[in-house]
Amino acid sequence: MAGIFVYAETKEGEFRKATGEILSRCRGVADATGEPLVAVVVGPAPEDAPRRLAPFGADLVLHVEGPGLEVYTSQGYAWAVTSCLAGRQPAALFFGNTPLARDLAPRVAERMDAALHADCTGLAWEDGRFVFTRPLYGGKLLARAVSRPGHPVLATFRPNSLGVAEVAATSPAYERVQVEVPAGSVASVVKETIRQVAGRVSLQEAEIIVSGGRGVGGPEGFRVIEELADVLGAAVGASRAAVDAGWISYDHQVGQTGKAVSPNLYIACGISGAIQHLAGMSSARCIVAINKDPDAYIFKVADYGIVGDLFQVVPALTAELREMLVRA
Amino acid sequence: MRIVVCAKQVPDTEARVTVGKDGRSIDETGITFIINPYDEFALEEGLRIKERLGGQATVTMVCVGPPRAEEALRTGLAMGADAAVHVWDDSLAGADAAALALVLQAAVTQLGFDLILCGRVAIDDASAQVGLRLAERLGLPHANAVTKLEVQGSKLVAHREVEGGVEVVELPLPAVVTAQKGLNEPRYPTIPAIMKARRREIGRPGLAGLGLDAGKVADACRSEVLSLAPAPARKGGRLVAGEPQEAARTLAHLLREEAKVL
Ligand SMILES: Cc1cc2nc3c(=O)[nH]c(=O)nc-3n(C[C@H](O)[C@H](O)[C@H](O)COP(=O)(O)OP(=O)(O)OC[C@H]3O[C@@H](n4cnc5c(N)ncnc54)[C@H](O)[C@@H]3O)c2cc1C
Repeated sequence: MAGIFVYAETKEGEFRKATGEILSRCRGVADATGEPLVAVVVGPAPEDAPRRLAPFGADLVLHVEGPGLEVYTSQGYAWAVTSCLAGRQPAALFFGNTPLARDLAPRVAERMDAALHADCTGLAWEDGRFVFTRPLYGGKLLARAVSRPGHPVLATFRPNSLGVAEVAATSPAYERVQVEVPAGSVASVVKETIRQVAGRVSLQEAEIIVSGGRGVGGPEGFRVIEELADVLGAAVGASRAAVDAGWISYDHQVGQTGKAVSPNLYIACGISGAIQHLAGMSSARCIVAINKDPDAYIFKVADYGIVGDLFQVVPALTAELREMLVRA
Repeated sequence: MRIVVCAKQVPDTEARVTVGKDGRSIDETGITFIINPYDEFALEEGLRIKERLGGQATVTMVCVGPPRAEEALRTGLAMGADAAVHVWDDSLAGADAAALALVLQAAVTQLGFDLILCGRVAIDDASAQVGLRLAERLGLPHANAVTKLEVQGSKLVAHREVEGGVEVVELPLPAVVTAQKGLNEPRYPTIPAIMKARRREIGRPGLAGLGLDAGKVADACRSEVLSLAPAPARKGGRLVAGEPQEAARTLAHLLREEAKVL
């Protein structure tokens, strides 16, 4: 075994939230086993990557770059990750469960002949091996799983679920690895990327999510949801009913056929609490429900609830929080 | 054009799922199974491509799963699939994504294909990797989480969902595509089509027919489930009473002082 590797993904020049969470959570295992803790950055990276990853306890930042890695392609990046790690006998390679990692990690796992524990919400080190906790069946069950010995251990972790562990800062070494993606090994060509929203908080990384459902009544009804989200620096989520009605785009959908999220605070407005919706958000630390129907199921899972018309309650809450957060 | 659709059967999203006696798998008693919704998008897309090509294509549905999974294949035939292949062996119970990719590779290779369509994710184990592992095993490009797909001669143009936007990718055939919600609205099979599908032949190569055996499947597994348990149940908390203003004020303070989430 020679290293616990964490795929350090960047977005708009910043490391993803899960990168720090995973690194810091693995620091203890690295100490216990004597394995180096390595952050792997592929393609363009911030100049000061080692400094940025120091607070999370990384020993080494491995920067893989070269022709063919300027923009992400799954085949190119999968090749780069595996060829860079090939000689290093990695014990483990972990990713944040981002859309990019979901596209990349399965190929890497196949190339490394390894299991991939996907969308884990828990990580433990027991009897000399990693044990992963994963929600199954829309979060109805939790599985504890391991990799068979003799192969690297791969996993992706849901952002926010591990949290950042308190670790002593390190001064990571920096190693540049120059590679060249072999000609012809990337068959797909990205023609265009159509940005729909820039600079918005990612739903899966957001610490606070304000979601609207059918009760919001229409696309303009989402304005009160967005106003509350803006005050809180939160992301906007939605139920499938709101998405199917065309009031908001599918990338906002939370649930079994949308995104699974683990924020600190989830505020559900005009959402009844269908089982498929709960599948996506029941691992939130704190749930607030605002609904005019006192019998709505969402109140059975919410930590706090207000029975009332969301068009009165939500603006009142926005005003209250604006004042409170300004004072603070 | 030979289109192969890989599909899986999963418990209905409404199903109450409990842990079975072995503590590592679910108790299937009383559970209704459906085609994984994302695989249904994949199948529907296969059928639409065939229609767009004026019928100059075949759509074959492949399912690895226990005997009950035959139902999913019959539904697929009723929707319009030309052929269905059911792969099962008891050694496949508990097989992981790595082993399934091996089995599917053997199955699709035997069938021959130009395009492989899978769902982006199955809603039971949410593992989202079989399709991409299959692509890697076959040395093929893939487009993941696709919301729009066009066949242009020997290449595909796919719109795929990426963070905060849509990426348009072009890839040569053969290729693997995984279907995301939004790709299409699956059709409902008609009653006569359902009746007819009951009598259709389903291919059952068995592991041996695919050049595999229980040992090879076991060897291909890379992960192991130690235990399954119900997720801790959430309890309803407190209702904050009062007029909107007053309730909002109380809630804001509770969130900060009690829940400490602000
Ligand atoms: C296979 C499958 C997959 C699914 N996947 C998902 C998924 O991923 N995500 C998802 O969310 N759903 C999913 N669903 C749909 C799910 O079953 C529900 O239909 C959906 O979640 C309902 O959305 P809703 O709560 O917004 O609407 P409703 O159930 O109609 O509830 C609306 C709520 O708003 C309240 N309300 C109305 N007006 C007001 C007001 N002015 N003020 C306050 N409250 C008000 C009502 O009291 C009601 O409780 C799926 C279903 C299936 C079959």
